[in-house]
Amino acid sequence: MAVNLKINNIDITVPEGTTVLEAARSINIDIPTLCYLKDVNEIGSCRMCVVEIKGQRALQAACVYPVSEGMEVLTNTKTVRDTRKINLELILSNHERKCLTCIRNQDCELQKLSTDLGVLDIRFDGENSHYEVDMLSSSIVRNPNKCILCRRCISVCKNIQTVSVIDANERGFNTIIGSAFNMPLVDTPCTNCGQCIVVCPVGALHEKDDTDKIWELLADNKKHVLVQTAPAVRVALGEEFGMPIGTRVTGKMVTALKLMGFDGVFDTDTAADFTIMEEGTEFLNRLKSGKNLPLITSCSPGWVKFCEHNFPDFLDNLSTAKSPHQMFGAIMKSYYAEKKGIDPADIAVISVMPCTAKKFESKREELAATGHPDVDAVITTRELGRMIKQAGIDFTKVEDSEFDAPFGEASGAGVIFGATGGVMEAALRTVADILTGEDLQHIDYTAVRGLDGIKEATVEIAGTKVHVAVASGLGNARKLLEKVRSGEQQYHFIEIMGCPGGCITGGGQPIVDAKTMMDIDVKAARAAAIYAEDKSMTYRKSHENPIVKKLYKEYFGKPCGHLSHNLLHTHYVKRENY
Amino acid sequence: MKSLAELEAIRDKTLSEINMRTDRQGGIRIVVGMATCGIAAGARPVLGAIIEEVSKRELKDVIVSQTGCIGVCRLEPIVEVYRPGEEKVTYVMMTPQKAVEMVTEHIVNNKPIKKYTIGEADK
Amino acid sequence: MEREVITMKLARSHVLVCGGTGCTSSGSEKLLPEFDIQLEKAGIKNEVSVVKTGCFGLCALGPIVIVYPEGAFYSMVKIEDVKTIVTEHLLKGRIVKELLYDDSIDGAAIKPLKDVDFYKKQLRIALKNCGVIDPEEIDEYIAFDGYKALGRVLTEMEPKQVIDIIKQSKLRGRGGAGFPTAIKWEFAANQPEGKKYVCCNADEGDPGAFMDRSVLEGDPHSVIEAMAIAAYAIGSDEGYIYIRAEYPIAVRRLNIAIEQAKKYGLLGKNIFGTDFSFDLSLRLGAGAFVCGEETALITSIEGKRGEPRPRPPFPAVEGLWGKPTILNNVETYANIPQIILNGAEWFLGIGTEKSKGTKVFALGGKINNTGLVEVPMGTTLREIVEEIGGGIPNGKKFKAAQTGGPSGGCIPTELIDTPIDYDSLIEIGAMMGSGGLIVMDEDSCMVDIAKFFLKFTVDESCGKCVPCRIGTKRMLEILEKITSGKGTVEDIENLKKLAGSVKSSSLCGLGQTAPNPVLSTLKYFEDEYMAHVIEKRCPAGVCKDLLRYIIDKEKCKGCGICAKHCPVTAISGELKKPYEIDQQMCIKCGVCEIKCPFKAISRK
Repeated sequence: MAVNLKINNIDITVPEGTTVLEAARSINIDIPTLCYLKDVNEIGSCRMCVVEIKGQRALQAACVYPVSEGMEVLTNTKTVRDTRKINLELILSNHERKCLTCIRNQDCELQKLSTDLGVLDIRFDGENSHYEVDMLSSSIVRNPNKCILCRRCISVCKNIQTVSVIDANERGFNTIIGSAFNMPLVDTPCTNCGQCIVVCPVGALHEKDDTDKIWELLADNKKHVLVQTAPAVRVALGEEFGMPIGTRVTGKMVTALKLMGFDGVFDTDTAADFTIMEEGTEFLNRLKSGKNLPLITSCSPGWVKFCEHNFPDFLDNLSTAKSPHQMFGAIMKSYYAEKKGIDPADIAVISVMPCTAKKFESKREELAATGHPDVDAVITTRELGRMIKQAGIDFTKVEDSEFDAPFGEASGAGVIFGATGGVMEAALRTVADILTGEDLQHIDYTAVRGLDGIKEATVEIAGTKVHVAVASGLGNARKLLEKVRSGEQQYHFIEIMGCPGGCITGGGQPIVDAKTMMDIDVKAARAAAIYAEDKSMTYRKSHENPIVKKLYKEYFGKPCGHLSHNLLHTHYVKRENY
Repeated sequence: MKSLAELEAIRDKTLSEINMRTDRQGGIRIVVGMATCGIAAGARPVLGAIIEEVSKRELKDVIVSQTGCIGVCRLEPIVEVYRPGEEKVTYVMMTPQKAVEMVTEHIVNNKPIKKYTIGEADK
Repeated sequence: MEREVITMKLARSHVLVCGGTGCTSSGSEKLLPEFDIQLEKAGIKNEVSVVKTGCFGLCALGPIVIVYPEGAFYSMVKIEDVKTIVTEHLLKGRIVKELLYDDSIDGAAIKPLKDVDFYKKQLRIALKNCGVIDPEEIDEYIAFDGYKALGRVLTEMEPKQVIDIIKQSKLRGRGGAGFPTAIKWEFAANQPEGKKYVCCNADEGDPGAFMDRSVLEGDPHSVIEAMAIAAYAIGSDEGYIYIRAEYPIAVRRLNIAIEQAKKYGLLGKNIFGTDFSFDLSLRLGAGAFVCGEETALITSIEGKRGEPRPRPPFPAVEGLWGKPTILNNVETYANIPQIILNGAEWFLGIGTEKSKGTKVFALGGKINNTGLVEVPMGTTLREIVEEIGGGIPNGKKFKAAQTGGPSGGCIPTELIDTPIDYDSLIEIGAMMGSGGLIVMDEDSCMVDIAKFFLKFTVDESCGKCVPCRIGTKRMLEILEKITSGKGTVEDIENLKKLAGSVKSSSLCGLGQTAPNPVLSTLKYFEDEYMAHVIEKRCPAGVCKDLLRYIIDKEKCKGCGICAKHCPVTAISGELKKPYEIDQQMCIKCGVCEIKCPFKAISRK
């Protein structure tokens, strides 16, 4: 049903259920927001978006106020402007205003608002809160001194991820966002997914910065430093340099990494092809034996930790295959080291990931197949962006170049690992060929693509009906697994990615501000780039990748064989919640 | 609770027990002398009988009260009846039976029983 | 001779001992067993009924004991007085005059309670049974027409008719804002059939307010009955009473009342033999003021952090667990059965044009009769303070009264004849609120009062929205600056700006009303603010940092006693000549003022 209203005396008709904010933006009337984040946090707490609504005693928050017939809204009166400015000054009055040395300097919604609203002085200064910064997590740093209590992080952690390790503690002026009993995140069931970071409008949450460590390794002549980049990085890194969302920058990224001085610039996509070989074989074995079905993917470390805390009864269902970058590290420190004649102790493997949970994953003790950690350091897309700037590389202008051989060659199947449904599709491409013994041409499994939180499909392969499900976002994973646990649903194969939308919108990806999120579907734009990349590849199935073929022939023998078991597989542990 | 009648029954039963707890004015006051002399002479059963009778007859605006020594101990138990606008009537040497009779005749029918009053006793 | 034991079928005397929280804390609990002992000793235990009731209202004079049929009002009864009351009054019929409340004696006679000044102007609807019945005996509630309204509603009326009567009565919510009760009910009733909830807000949190507590302690069934009526009206079968855990007596009596109502089939399935079923349970709050806000209260019942959320959607559409929910406060509910029984016309006959019925106030502060009063809407502040409240102690002058607690504002002397109702209070910048009424005399500093209330809201802010979380804190900081003598005229300007902004842009009622004490004191007592800021002086002599002790040169005989006692040697002078106080050194301890034999030292 359509609703007619007036905003600033302009007649407008919008669908029922529209908020005043959405209605105003639809006619290019901008209303400032801060706590609001579309679909994530709609609680009307910052009071920046207040407007006058005729007949209402108090000002109302446009972000949560639904339109109604005949409503008259004023968004730009003196009262409204004065009130917004006072509220902004109040926020600033209890904010650690060290903007110049803040990780979010010039990428901060509060800073921008302050400029937009013309705050040049803070009239209401007073007592400031001082809290300890939580730096103990290997993935996430929480600085409550910069927190403006917008609660986006709480909403994403509680409502979307259903992890619920942070919430408001204390009350009034002493309110602080923290975990239960204010314990450090590292002692909580935090999955390190980093979704809290990407929704934070200010610098209160950020990844644990590992860039210095990498500069040090690069400066160490004794070290042979290898870098690998995950598929989702190449469709987002450009945003750090002002390029439009969804721009593919694979070639520029490779050039930049080479310029930074890495001894080898490789592609995690290649490793993803190995993952498909191992996991696909594992699936075929389980399908045959009927044991430990459904098989559940394990490449998302946020999901794996979530499973260890919340669904320990499913640990035997998790694929034992390591996540691609860990496999890659293990191959570097075994096969590659042998071939190159380098002591694995002198090899450093750096992973550039769209993910903060990978930082934690790389520190898992069991992921050190060669006696050395498979991966030495993980940096996020954002950290790579910062390093490129520090190196003085004019990213938008550099020429494209190719990954180094031989671990730069990958299939399209490896590329689509970056988006929800991608692992499933990549696996199906290979599994179907093996089961049918054919080189199938219909390889776009569109049923598992798309941005729905939970997708289900039944795929018929060589006469076998395979029931598959795909979930992205831990809340959706919980929903799906509860159905499996209760017996309501049965599947053969489940793909789970911890972040909503998959790795393309991971916790390590460039941060998109709330206003842009209202206009652009970030997940869709980045996913489109991923699938375009897939289409452009010479090989589109993992088992066709020449380096994969070569290694199984020369080194591993066969997937899920003895050597690959040692190097490419892992195990999981049940974790207590508190 | 299945009906209003059931509720009504509980109401009536309890009300007679607690109706005393309201401020009333302008009604009839029956005062029983309850000093040591009165009690020794049997004032307490007299008081009990009056209260029961008043309650049984659902007499509204009647306060049954007590007082101290009235001063003529030899005539105890003494009961005084105050009806607004009328002279006080003092009954002496009361018994529970006389008291019930007094409630019926004097309070309900407004016919004081002369023979029990103090004027007759001294004759 | 063996003593004759007579059992009377009906008790000849009723001893009503107040069991409200006020009297309980002044010792009424101990009186009950003592009455038992003394009555036993006197041999009249079977003739006298001792009842623990709810609040009589005159809390300042507790513990209170009323003996019927005489209606003798004993105040400040000590345990040793019990024996006297038993042997004198109950045994011998001699009222113990020296223990009676002064105002209840008229020459030789006892005045009926309704003629006592404290009660004369009161009209008790919500408190009708308080202090009359034993709240732990459902039969006594029923005796005074309890559950009759529910019975009638269920057996004789359609849900819509119930809403219509409430609508005709123009009953407005007694919890604060005065929203018409029937409109809420109608909203909820008009939602599609399905699960709906009826909730009672018993999270009374204003400092000094205890109206709801008293109703629940004295007459819990009236709320239960009203909630069942509301449930029938909107099509609900389940209710919750949200009550703060700091009200242990009320909680216990509610639990007893709910059990008794269940036993009688007045709660549960097929009440009065109809299809209507209703279950009720308690939820205890942890005493957060914000949980009195309806959406925060609902969130708290759901087991979450008690924080408000924006409206719409209103609870009547989307409330507890997302279902249509009505939420009314205790006093509002306590009016419902009476309206049903006596009709809307009767209710319309009480009060003012737009505010019908009565309002219960908790009288506190600088007033003789601290306690609980219920008056018709439109009663003036003067009547409440001077007649019912018995005026101000120690012959001091009335300065202002604060209604609505931390959400309300102050009413100055010049407005003391304002008839109190919802709209008149809003008009003068105050607010009915839940009914706290705090009286201030000439010794009260209005800036300090504003600071006191603001401190309360700062402590009680949930911290969700910016204006309330930080704005009230900054306002408090400004007030602290002013009362410590460091304030500037610009601070007062900023205070006004902030107050306006917090009021207009906070998320919930708590924040929106938090600036009221500041705004109303600024409105009526700006000169006092200015005195603090410009002259660095607190006219009421309350703000310690602004006090000055001054020696009157005329009166000073130069004895030197003050200098001898000054702990910081701030006083100096020559013997037999006027002494002087060094204001820089003075710590304002006041010793000199006390010690001066000639009253030459005074506070300014």
